[in-house]
This record gives sequence, structure tokens and C-alpha cells, in this order.
Amino acid sequence: MSDATLNGAAAAPRKDRVETPFRRFVSEFMESRIAVLGLIVFTIIAFIAIFAPWIAPQNPYDLAQLDIMDGRMEPGTVGGAGFTFWLGTDDQGRDMLSGIMYGLRISLTVGAGSALIACIVGASLGLLAAYAGGRTDSVIMRVVDLQLSFPSILVALMILAFLGKGIMNVVIALVIVEWAYYARTVRGTALVERRREYIEAAQCLALPTRRILFRHLLPNCLPPLIVVATMQVARAIALEATLSFLGLGVPITEPSLGLLIANGYEYMLSGKYWISFYPGIALLITIVSINLVGDQLRDVLNPRLKK
Amino acid sequence: MTVYLVRRLLQALLVVFAMSVIVFVGVYAIGDPVEILISPDADQIERERAVQSLGLDLPLWHQYLVFLGNALQGDLGRSFVFNEPALKLILQRMPATLELAFGAMFISIVVGLPLGLYAGLRPNSPVSKTIMAGSILGFSLPTFWVGLMLIMVFAVQLGWLPSTGRGETATFLGVQWSFLTLNGLSHMAMPAINLALFKISLVIRLTRAGVRETMLMDYVKFARAKGLSPARVTFVHVFKNILIPVVTVVGLELGSTIAFSVVTESVFAWPGMGKLIIDSINVLDRPVIVAYLMIIVLMFITINLIVDLTYSLLDPRVRLEGKGA
Amino acid sequence: MKPQSRRRGIAVSSVAAAALVLAAGQAVAQTATIAVGAPVTSLDPHFHQLSPNNAVADTVFDRLVNNDVNLRNIPGLATEWRAVAPTVWEFKLRPNVRFHNGNAFTADDVVFTLQRLPNVPNSPSSFAAYSRPITRIEVVDPLTIRFHTAQPYPLLPLDMTNVRIVDKETAENATTADFNDVRAAQGTGPYRIVSHRNGDRIEFERWDGYWGERAPFQRVSYRMITNDAARTAALRAGDVDLIDQVPTSDLANLRRNPNIRIAEMVGLRLIFLGLDHLRAENENSPFITDNDGRPLGRNPLRDLRVRQALSMAIDRNAIVERVMEGTAVPANQFLPSGVFGHVGDLPPVPFDPDGARRLLAEAGYPNGFRIQLNGPNDRYINDARIIQAVGQMWTRIGVRTAVEAQPWTTFVGRAGRQEYSAFLIGWGSNPDGSHPLRNIIATFNRDRGWGASNRGRYSNPQVDSLLDQSLSELDTEKRERLIVDAMRIAMQDVAVVPLHIQTNIWATRRGFEYTASVDEGTLAQRLRPAAR
Repeated sequence: MSDATLNGAAAAPRKDRVETPFRRFVSEFMESRIAVLGLIVFTIIAFIAIFAPWIAPQNPYDLAQLDIMDGRMEPGTVGGAGFTFWLGTDDQGRDMLSGIMYGLRISLTVGAGSALIACIVGASLGLLAAYAGGRTDSVIMRVVDLQLSFPSILVALMILAFLGKGIMNVVIALVIVEWAYYARTVRGTALVERRREYIEAAQCLALPTRRILFRHLLPNCLPPLIVVATMQVARAIALEATLSFLGLGVPITEPSLGLLIANGYEYMLSGKYWISFYPGIALLITIVSINLVGDQLRDVLNPRLKK
Repeated sequence: MTVYLVRRLLQALLVVFAMSVIVFVGVYAIGDPVEILISPDADQIERERAVQSLGLDLPLWHQYLVFLGNALQGDLGRSFVFNEPALKLILQRMPATLELAFGAMFISIVVGLPLGLYAGLRPNSPVSKTIMAGSILGFSLPTFWVGLMLIMVFAVQLGWLPSTGRGETATFLGVQWSFLTLNGLSHMAMPAINLALFKISLVIRLTRAGVRETMLMDYVKFARAKGLSPARVTFVHVFKNILIPVVTVVGLELGSTIAFSVVTESVFAWPGMGKLIIDSINVLDRPVIVAYLMIIVLMFITINLIVDLTYSLLDPRVRLEGKGA
Repeated sequence: MKPQSRRRGIAVSSVAAAALVLAAGQAVAQTATIAVGAPVTSLDPHFHQLSPNNAVADTVFDRLVNNDVNLRNIPGLATEWRAVAPTVWEFKLRPNVRFHNGNAFTADDVVFTLQRLPNVPNSPSSFAAYSRPITRIEVVDPLTIRFHTAQPYPLLPLDMTNVRIVDKETAENATTADFNDVRAAQGTGPYRIVSHRNGDRIEFERWDGYWGERAPFQRVSYRMITNDAARTAALRAGDVDLIDQVPTSDLANLRRNPNIRIAEMVGLRLIFLGLDHLRAENENSPFITDNDGRPLGRNPLRDLRVRQALSMAIDRNAIVERVMEGTAVPANQFLPSGVFGHVGDLPPVPFDPDGARRLLAEAGYPNGFRIQLNGPNDRYINDARIIQAVGQMWTRIGVRTAVEAQPWTTFVGRAGRQEYSAFLIGWGSNPDGSHPLRNIIATFNRDRGWGASNRGRYSNPQVDSLLDQSLSELDTEKRERLIVDAMRIAMQDVAVVPLHIQTNIWATRRGFEYTASVDEGTLAQRLRPAAR
């Protein structure tokens, strides 16, 4: 790799601080119209998720509001409670529209929450491993090896056995499964970065380790981290769906998007497409919007793509 | 270098040991295999006999020591369910999983690399944007759902491909392989594509990101300024540089594909290791779970070792810490 | 008119071609492919008491007493049997029967088989229970055998339907692995095994020396496709000719499909709710609280009125129609009518939410209470859906119900340790009322071997005493009266809350026909080319 990159990498953050970095960041982000669209869509989705209890026609988690006699109704049918099921109902008579709104809440909590926690834990450990080297590196990386070879299903089963069922426990299971991916990614990049001149310079200035790690090393490891993170949010949501499909995910009476899809999966063959199809669409839109934002973030934050 | 390898080997043993302890305790916590395996009308005496014959009447630490003793002699235990050596069961199923994983890898590289390259070279063209949007599909749809859709379209509606199973096999090096027969290949196609979807997206994204970064580097600018043809710049200078991270990640992905093609294998009734491990987890067949995970952890350690070695070979700035730090 | 006649000519020839194709189809129909939903784990017929294994064993091996599709005992390797003394059963063996390896079948094979039952190493669920009542085996002549028991034992012929006879010479030193490698799996049944790929497929071939009706296909491929949707898709794609455990969600669609034929029969598996009888009236049940989530200080499930209310609150017809899509019959007891031990005069449980609320009020719970209903989500047909539906219905009578479903792996152990207040579970019964009584209703007793699956720990001395009498009653009529009386008492006492009895469903492709059975096993010999 060439000198120019090193200069660029070292100079960019410092220059940022002189100009107003936030405004520059915003204007760079705004350059991509599709990313802005992604951000708008994601904001709407987040809004729906947060305010679901006030806008959904039904509380799909309250068994008293459900009636199996309303089960598997086609979109547009009027149910026993008197309101229209615009997107149909599932096998329990759950209004799909309400189910999707509430499901978004859970999927976003589980997906984004687990990705965020896993990212913080994994990236910190990965940075530490690369920077400290030696025994610290060995211990962390061997734990990563161990973690990566542990099937998520077994982790989820163990959590279920130790902690019981619940949304928080699914998040814990996903964090345990995912942090290793971040650690490995960050360590790989950081190993290369920490030999660079700007780190050596920082070390010569006797800056505190924490400052070197998070102010100098981390920003330069961000681009691959963001690639992994945006994909892992999606992967976490899909993984939660798979766990639900295997009966290890969120409680059945509080379905996430993934569980709604898994529940409707069997009905795909029998023409009752809406049970699986609409939650699938909602999941897809959510993930696409997250990724559009993530892609642009990565480009904006990448010091090496600076013109 | 030797010191480094020996050190890594010792660490590997430690990890395998840790793994077996965790699995022992974890499976013990999940449930009682006898409760699951025994016929519901078996009386208490019969239950106690079954517990005893499977060696589950001993305290957990004692069971573990028995296991450890046998493992040191190369015996990883007998499956509770099949009454056959766990290792034999796993090795029997391994070829099916290996060929599926390599098939998926092959597809993901052949499809992902060119698309990623194009998207990286022309980041603003509508085709690139379509590629990138399409790649999101690859990892946002749950595998089990895509698998069923593939079966519905290509097996049930169109009738082009067989729905499930492994098909005919041919023997090569004493092992049965599907990819050597046309029938076997047709059985392999859908599960391999199903497994490859996520990896195609990954390769596209990695390649694109790499190309975009590399194109701005001085040596590429210099090569272009020298008047080298764009094709030469792309395929010699850029390509060589981005291939390394792509291959690294793909290699690591290969590990997780081999280890966890669980869902694909069960949707397509593919008789591989993934199906074995999920079936074993469902009945808490501990010997198989432990043996399987020990093999997998060894595989990951090896892959990570190779990756670390490659890093140091490719980039002299990464030094391997042989003498400790 | 010329073109028309030509067209007719084409029509005629196409009919001829169709006939040819059909003929060819019949020739091709020498082979058949079956896809089953539950994996077969061993070919050793005495290793693991597991329905899929038993189904394959019943294709390859015979029993002294076989059963027909209605689970009635019919002659198998024994042509007749009777109790010659109160504690002696005599079986006459079928002459001229040969094993797949050519060996002749004799009484020695029976003696060897019964000796082998308790001695299969590492068996996770052995068949020892079927040889235990027998104190001595007497070989009268090569084709006559007598079983001596300590007490009169009316269930011996029924037990013999679970004992697959192996060839002494082949099996004498064989391990389970030898059976799995096909070598030792030599039976007397209609098909013999050609090859076996563990957890994947078994290839059968017709055994031309079979003593009974000749098997319809030259070869049968028996595949295991555990994923429900994939199994249905394989049938629809024409890759397999028969599937079992047809998912209820696909059923309506498959029934409309002209290329697919459904075979179904009401089985013997009851889905029911177990209730906590272990905690005394003044103890707390683990998952029951008052409406504010505080401990109740008593176990309402010990009050008959509460149990009746919980049972009456359930709309069984709605569950059968909406959740099970018609593939079950509402139940008020363990066995369907026509089966030995069915209580004919037991009225169906009425669906009466108002009555249920009244009963709750009488019992001192006018505002109900809170309960958690547990259940598996991967064990019985639609299990997780059923508990949600029951949760809805209980909540409507004021018993606010939380529902938790989890994999069988973690569920069954906790249910067996009495950790739940109310739980959904199933019981696949033998065609004899003593079977559920002894295992589910009878007071848990290690030494007697009773109440093995009595996970709610129901206990009623009256029921126990009637059951005890029935177990040594050789007079069939008297025995049935005792069993019916015991069952009536238990059901009126709401020992468990019966929901429905499942229907067993198979689906075949056009050109094939499967004989549905009361038992859930999928047997290759029950598949045949469709009669035209």
C-alpha cells in the first residue's frame, strides 16, 4: 500500500475536526439520493415500530383479542371484532397488519440491539487483540475460534435451558453468536493498521492506549466494520427468523417478523400466501433501507475514499 | 516460526478441551437424553436401566472423565441413538456436506466476483445499483424460505430439477460423491444455490468495496497514467490486490458453511453433517454433538491459522509473535 | 370428411399410445418411492422402541401375532394361540416359513428372540418389558411353544405384537451395527433390505419366499424427508409416490389436486392437557397466580369444579376444524369408539363458557386466576397452535393464560419433573384401554411400574384397584368392564383434559394406493399400484 494512503489516513481525521465535521458528514451523506430515500424509509419504519401500540388496529399479543374462528382470513375480510383485516389473518386469527407492526418492534430490537451490542463487544476485543498482541491476542482469538464453531442452534438451546424463553434471551443468544464475527473482522484490519506510521507516531507521543485504540485505530478500521455491521443486522434478523423456525426464537404469542414468516411458511404451498408474504415484504424493506444507509455511511466514513 | 506453530497447536488443544467441557455441561443443562429417547410406556425400572446402560447414572464430572479417557485413546464415544461410533457417523456424512459447501463456494465466486468487480468499477451506473440492491436480497431472506421457494418453482412448477435428496453417487477415492454424476449434480444444484445466496452477496460487496478503494490508490493512478490499458490495470493491478481479502473471507465462510448448513440440508433432505447435528441436538445425542463440535473447532482453528499465516506472508507489517510479547 | 377421419385416426392412435404409456407405467410401477417424516435410527428390531424403527421392522420381520390396519390381532408367525392354563399361553407356530437368508423358522428362533430382548447393549429404550412377565419358555415341539407367567397375564398376545422374530443363527452374535449394515437384518417379512444409508434411505426388495401375500413391488425405496414442506413438495414434484405425516396446512390443497390421493384413518393418539395434581389444595402450583401475579396460596387444579371449568371452556370442534383442519376427532377419553376399553356411555364434554364461569365462581374464583400453559412446538401436529387456541379460550372465561411453547428436548424433561401447572402432551395408545390407564392415569409407583408417564401425578385409589383387577383377568368381557369402569371414573374426575384424537394421513401420487391404518407407521407392504 502506498504512502499517499497513509498520509490521507493520518491527515483526514485531524482535518475533520477543524471544519465542522458533522455538517460535512451530512452533506456528504446527502450526495446519494438513494441513501436519503433509505433513511426516510427507515425512519418511517422505526416510527411504526415505536408507535405500534397506538396505531395498530389490534393488539396481536393479547390472546383475549384473538379468535381462532378468524383464522387464516384473506386480506380485506371483516372479522368477528368488526374491523377489516387489510392484510388477512394468520392461523390464530391475528391481524397481519397489526402483527407486522408489532413484529417490526421485536425484529428491530432483536436485530439492531444484538448487532449493536455484539459490535461494541466484538470490535473492542478485536482492537485489543490486535493492539496488545501476544497472550491477550491468543486468548481472545482462541475464544473466537471456539465461538465460531458453536452452532447458533445449540447456543440458543442452552440459553433457553439456562434462562428460559424471552426476547431478551434471544438477544443474548444472538450477541453470543455474533460478537466473534466483529472481533475477527476488526482484528484483521487492525493488525495491518497498527504497524502504520500514524499509530507509531501516536505511540511516540505517549498518548494513552485507550485514546490510540478508539481515536486512531478504530476510525481506520471502520469501513470493513460497517460493511459487516450492516450485513449482520440483516443476518441477526434472519437468524432470529431461523431460530423461530426451529422453535427456539421469541415466544409464539409475541411473534417477530421472522416468526410470522416461519408460521406462514407451511401455508405457502397451500395458497394462503399472505401469512408469510407480507411479513416477508416488511422484513425485506427494513433490511434494504438499513443497508442503503449503511452503504453510504461506509463510503462517507471511509478515509481512503476521500477525494 | 516453529515455536509459533507449536504454541498454536497447544492453544488448539486447550480450545478443544474447553469446547468439550462446555458441550458436556450445556447438553446436561438442556435436558435428559433418556427422557427423549425412551418409549413413553417404559416403566421406572426400564428407565433406570437405560440411564445406566448409556452411562448417564454417573455424576457429570465422572462421565466427563470417562469420555476424556476414551478420547485420549481415539474413541469419541458411541451415539446414543445409532449405537455406532460418533466419529464414524460424522465421517460418513462428511463428503455430502463438503461437496455441497464447495459447490456453494464455487457458485458464489463465479457469480459474485464479476458482479462485484463491475459494481466497483462503475459505482454510479444503474446496472451497478441494481446489482447492489439485488445483493441485499441474498442475505435478507431467511434460508428456509428461499429453499422452499426454489423447490416450489424449479421442482414442482417447472419440473426441471429433483426436489430433494442426494441422487446417484459415484465412487472416487473410496468415497461416494454426487458431483461426479449428472443426476447427482442436478440434485446438488438447488441446495448449493440456496447455500450460496448469502455468500454471493458477501463476495459482491467485498469485491466492490475493495475495487473502489484500490482504484483511488496511487499505484493504480500511476499505472493508468503510464498509459496501461484499462483491462490490464483492472485485471492485473486491481484484481490481484482485492483477491486477497476476498479469498480470506471466502475461506472463513467456507468453514461456517461446512459447519452450519443445517437449514439447507434439512429443507433439501441432504444427508450431510448439518442434518446429523440438528437431529442429534434434537435428541441430545451427546457423543455425536461433542465429537462433531470438536471436529468443527479443529477445522476453524486450522482455517484461522492459515489466515494468520497468509496475513503475515502477504503483509510483512503483520509480524507473528513467536517469542511472546 | 377426410380431414376429420384423419383426426379420428390420430385420436385413436393417441389412445393406443396412452394405453401403451399406461402399460409401461405399470411396468415401471415395479418400483415405488416412499418418503417418511420421521427418521429410522436402526435396523435392529430390538434396539430402540421407536415407531419409525418398528414400522421398518414390521416390513422386514414378522411377529408371532401381527396386526391388521385396525390394530386387531391376526395370525403372524403363530397360527393360533390360547391360554391352556391360567398362567400358560400356548402358541402354534406357522410351518414352512423361511428367513430371507433361507433358514427355516422354528421355535428356537422365538426362544432366542425373547432372550435377546433384555440383552441388547446400549439400548436407549429396550423391549425388555415384553419378556419380563414370562417366567419360563417351554418348547413343546419345533412348532409349539408355551409361555409360563407368574400371574394370569391377559396381555401376552398383545405384547407379542411388539416382538419381531429374528433368525437365531444370524443374530446370535450380531451387534446392532451388524443389523445396520444389513447383514444381520434377515427377517421373514414381505420385503428384504438391500441397502441402508443411515438417516437417509433404505432400499427394499421383494422377498419371493414370503409366506403371506406377495409384496406388490419389486423394489421400494424408503426415504426420510423430515421437513414437512419439502416432503409435500417432493410428492407434488413426482419424486416420491407416497408420503406420510401430511401437514394439515397442505391438506385442503392436496385434496383438490387430481393427481394426488389421500388415505386417512383416525388413529390412537390422544392430544390432551395434563394438570398439576401433585401440589396439595393449600400449596402453590408453579405457574398459577392470582390476577395481580401474586401467589394464590392454593392449587385450584385440585378442585374438580375448576378442572371441569377448564375442560368446558375449550371449544374442541373449533380446534379440530380451525387448527387441525378437520384431521382429528374431538375427544372425551383416551380411545375412540370401537377400541377395547372405549367408554360408550360417556357424554361429550360440552363447550359451555358460561357454565365454566359459573363453576369457577362456585369454586371461589369469580374473577379467575392466571396460569401458564406449556407445550412442545415440534412434537405433535400443530402443537404450538393448539396451546395458543386453548389460551384464547381459557382467557375468555377469566383464566388469563400465558402460552409458552418450546422444543420437546427441553420440554419433556421439565414436564417429567412436574415443573408445570398445565401442559399439552400426547399419548399414542395400544389398542387396549389398560395401556393409557396404567401409564397415564394410575398412581405413580416405581415398583409396580405404573404411572410411567403420569406427569401430572393424578392419583385415585378406586381407579388403581379396578386397573389392578383387570390386569390379571383372563375373561375378556369382565376385563373390558373393569377397564371401562376405571376409565369412566378417571374421565369424570377430569384426571386430564382430553382434546382430540389425531387422524393419520398419507398421500399418494396417481397410480398408487395406500391402505391407511390406525397405527402411525408407514409400511411398504401397504402401498400398492392403484386398482383401475
